Amino acid sequence: MFLIGLTHYLILSAAVLCCGLFVMMTKRNAIGILIGVELVLNSVNINFVAFDRYRPDGGFDGQVAALFVIVLAAAEAAVAVAICMNLYKNINTIDVDRGDALHG
Amino acid sequence: MTGRGRETMLHGKSLVVVGFVLAAWASSAIGQFPLAEEMSGQTVDAAHRADEQVLAPSPVPNATVESALFYLFGGALLVSAIGVCVCKSVVRMATWLFGALGAAAVLYFLMGATFLGAIQLIVYAGGTLILIIFGVMLTSKSPWVRFECRRIEFWAAGGVVGVLFCALITLLVGTDWPTPAVAPQPVTIAMFGEALLTTYLVPFEVASVLLLVVMIGAAYLARQERS
Repeated sequence: MFLIGLTHYLILSAAVLCCGLFVMMTKRNAIGILIGVELVLNSVNINFVAFDRYRPDGGFDGQVAALFVIVLAAAEAAVAVAICMNLYKNINTIDVDRGDALHG
Repeated sequence: MTGRGRETMLHGKSLVVVGFVLAAWASSAIGQFPLAEEMSGQTVDAAHRADEQVLAPSPVPNATVESALFYLFGGALLVSAIGVCVCKSVVRMATWLFGALGAAAVLYFLMGATFLGAIQLIVYAGGTLILIIFGVMLTSKSPWVRFECRRIEFWAAGGVVGVLFCALITLLVGTDWPTPAVAPQPVTIAMFGEALLTTYLVPFEVASVLLLVVMIGAAYLARQERS
C-alpha cells in the first residue's frame, strides 16, 4: 500500500480522465470544453509515462509518445482558440449550444 | 472590475505563488534522489540494466520519499482536476488547470521523465495555457462570464462519469500488473534526441509539417476581415 506501484498512477489518471470528461460534458463554454480536453490528454500522458516507468526492459517509447501528445495538444489548442474567436465574431458568444446555424 | 472579480484574481495569484513554492520544494527534494549517480551509467545496454534492477531492491528511504511525493502531488492533481469541474468561471477553470499541469509535471519528474516534465512545463503550462487564457480574454465582454448547463445534463454527465470511473477502478485493481520494483530510470535529452531522429523520424517529420499547417491555418482562421 505504501509502496507506489503502477496501479496508483493508473487510478490517478483514471480519476483525472473522468474529471476531464465531466468538464467536457457539462460546460457550454467552448473554451471550457477545451480545458476538459486538456485534462483528458494529461491523464493519457500520465498513463504513457507510468507504463514506461514500470516496464522491465528500460525503453522509453511511452515518453516519446507522450511528447507527441503534447505537440498535438498544442496544435489542437491553437486551432480551437482560432475557431472560438471565429465563433465569437459570427454569433457574438462562445456558447456551443448557440452555434446551431447548420442545424437542420 | 467588480469586487467579486478582484477577489477571484487575488485567489488565483496566491494559488500561483503556492504552486511555484511547492514546485521549487519538490525539485529540491527530487534532487536528493540517486538520479545523479545513475545518469553517469547511461551507456549500459537495456538488458543489462534490467538485470541489475531485478537484483537490486528499491532502497527504503527513496521509496518513502517517492510515495510521499506521489500522494502530495497526486492529491494536488486530483484537487485541481475537481476544481476545474466545479468552477463556473472560465478564468478560475484555467487557474485550476495550471495547478493540474504543474502537478502532472512534478509526477513526470518523479517517474524519471525529466525531459518530458520540463517540456510539460514549457509547452503546456507556459504555452497552451496562456493561449487558452488569451482565448478567454478575446471571446467575451467580461472574463467572468458564466454559462450554466441544465440540472438534468449535470446529473446525467455525473452518472455517466461515475459509472465509467467505477468500471475503470474495478478493471485496474483486478488486473495483475507486472511491477518490477525498480528506481526510475532517467532518460537523458541525448537519448531522446537520438530516438527522435532514428526510430521516430517519420512521426517527428509529420509532426513538424502538422505544426506548420496549424500555424498557417490558425492565422487564417483568426485573421481580421478587411472590409
